[in-house]
Amino acid sequence: MLHNLAQLPRYRGLIQSLVARELKARYRGSVLGFFWSFVNPLLLLLVYSIVFAYIMPARFTGGEEPKPFADAYPYGVFLFCGLLPWTWFASTLNESAGVLISGGNLIKKVLFPAEVLPIVTALANMVHFFFGLPILVLFLIYYGAPITFGELVWFPVIVLVQLILTMGLGLLVAALTVHFRDIRDILANVLTLWFFATPIIYPWQHAPDLGKWFLNLNPFTHLAISYQEVLFFRGPFGHWRWLLAMAVVSIGFFLFAYFVFDRLRDTFAEEV
Amino acid sequence: MTHAIELTNASKVYRRFAHRRQFATLKSALLSRSLVRDLRPDETFTALTNVTVSVPRGQTLGVIGRNGSGKSTMLKLVAGITKPTSGTVRVNGRISALIELGAGFHPEISGRENVFINGIMLGLTKREVAQRFDEIVEFAELQEFIDAPVKNYSSGMYMRLGFAVAIHVDPEVLLVDEVLAVGDEGFTHKCLDKFAEFKRRGKTILLVTHSLGMVERFCDEALWLDAGRIKGSGDPKRIVGAYLTDVEQREEHELAAGDAKARESASVAIVSPDEPASAVLPDMPIETATGPADMFRATEGRWGSREVEITQVTLVGPDGEAGHVFHSGDPMDVRIQMRAPLPVDDFVVGIGIFNAEGVCCYGTNTSIAELVAERLSGNAEATFSIASLDLVEGTYKLDVAVHKLDGYPYDYHRLLYTFRVKLRAKDVGIYRPRHEWRFAGDVTFKDARR
Repeated sequence: MLHNLAQLPRYRGLIQSLVARELKARYRGSVLGFFWSFVNPLLLLLVYSIVFAYIMPARFTGGEEPKPFADAYPYGVFLFCGLLPWTWFASTLNESAGVLISGGNLIKKVLFPAEVLPIVTALANMVHFFFGLPILVLFLIYYGAPITFGELVWFPVIVLVQLILTMGLGLLVAALTVHFRDIRDILANVLTLWFFATPIIYPWQHAPDLGKWFLNLNPFTHLAISYQEVLFFRGPFGHWRWLLAMAVVSIGFFLFAYFVFDRLRDTFAEEV
Repeated sequence: MTHAIELTNASKVYRRFAHRRQFATLKSALLSRSLVRDLRPDETFTALTNVTVSVPRGQTLGVIGRNGSGKSTMLKLVAGITKPTSGTVRVNGRISALIELGAGFHPEISGRENVFINGIMLGLTKREVAQRFDEIVEFAELQEFIDAPVKNYSSGMYMRLGFAVAIHVDPEVLLVDEVLAVGDEGFTHKCLDKFAEFKRRGKTILLVTHSLGMVERFCDEALWLDAGRIKGSGDPKRIVGAYLTDVEQREEHELAAGDAKARESASVAIVSPDEPASAVLPDMPIETATGPADMFRATEGRWGSREVEITQVTLVGPDGEAGHVFHSGDPMDVRIQMRAPLPVDDFVVGIGIFNAEGVCCYGTNTSIAELVAERLSGNAEATFSIASLDLVEGTYKLDVAVHKLDGYPYDYHRLLYTFRVKLRAKDVGIYRPRHEWRFAGDVTFKDARR
């Protein structure tokens, strides 16, 4: 396993070109082309803002919660801080479930390192996440968000932790789906549940005490809170201990997932 | 001399899951806590059994065998796509496998981008692909279309591009799986030239093909796989010969079985042959198609009054043995056993040869041959002796009939006998006159088989 893992850097040229291909191919043939990478998150933001600002107004009046940076609570922006990384996470897992099966030709007919496929999926979605960031930044600037350099330093760390966690889960899902196609169907529902079990559309502080205890078990909670604290809420980044713990957990999980993937590797060519 | 490819006692067992297994789910696997055990197969299929082969560097090995004999599995083992269940596979040097051409092409992006990505997938660096890019495009003959999305390519263009990339990877070991059917004649020649160049440069080639001529011309050694085992290896000419003999024997069995089946079903609908023939004198011939649903066999059948019955038809080859597979130009006898319970004096024995498309190649009878029937009683035999079976390769069917001079059928066997004519040359048409080419003046040829 470690031997194979050590081989991974050798494939970076391959991974790079596959990610580029993924991005190029996605919008090939559409009128707006690459602009969709920006338009999509914008539309997503719009939809959620309308729903939670006008249709089902979210009322946040707890005393404990950290103060938002503006008096008028720009709920849409708060939401966006968690939603954008979640989209990266969720679409990676969704796509990973089918990635080995749709790439079956490669696995069956070409000597091809299969782990490259879920990793490419995670990275391509990360690039989409990056494309969405300028939209978020525009809104943060518009509302005059108090982002300090000290907080912003943490941002790449959060992204890295999320990347490792996402790749780990992607590998696991990809490998298991080859044997249990049911995962594809289960996954969509699990992700919906997971979304609501993560403080994205509501602040963590609004959960009941028991809920908080459960939320803390959810790895994405800590990522979401980290993003929100760094980008949205006033004050220093207080969640860093959790984040570092998450980093350790993510690395451990990635290794575990890679181990499972490696064990199942030889069965892929016959099963997909 | 080092070996480029070495298989030692390599076996490959595929899992073949029973029906039940397909419905086994993650839930059941988790509940019984037997994720690993559940992945174990219910049934297995052995694709390769104890295959030991070594190919010295610079040699070309041709692998032949019937469909399902394990050729492609062996290639996949050598390519490292699957691992042997037992035994070892060792390959020294960079491999390029021409197994599935253009695997991994993305339909939405251009040929140019696909060449780069495919090249990188096959182990080149970006710079190496860039260096070879023009050569690849030229080889694929796709200069005009290289910037079009691959989804708009024809299948031939797609294959050509895939082939061009794979062959320009500059492997030390080249694995080829029946991929030469990718282009027109010109392209095929280019591929063959490329292979020859590889050979000259001392590369090792493993060639899986059904083109026996290629094995004979091109390979230093041949390997014959049958049902996953090595049935023979060595000199290509000898192995190909042995393989062909085996194929003929198999075809012989199949044709014999097929004929027996056709006759059986043809005689189901008619009266028992044991009844006195005179008891059955229908006004209309009893037509017995073997079943209208079966379109291919709809024209075959047997009918007639059975006043004279054809009891057996055998095809006899030059060796005097009954058979179903003959070589073009061989003599062939059609022996027709007849039985007339009551003596008859008005009868004609006829024969017709049809090819697979149903075209009558030849037909004659004793009346056409100006033989006037006098008497037939009890058991008798008629032999239609063909001095030389001058037909092109193919499957042929026979009509054999005994009828009255006016056409009233005693026993008409319609396309119930099948034989196969074998010929290495791929002439077209039906009739193959004995022939040779002669030339005069300033014209020379070279025998391609040399």
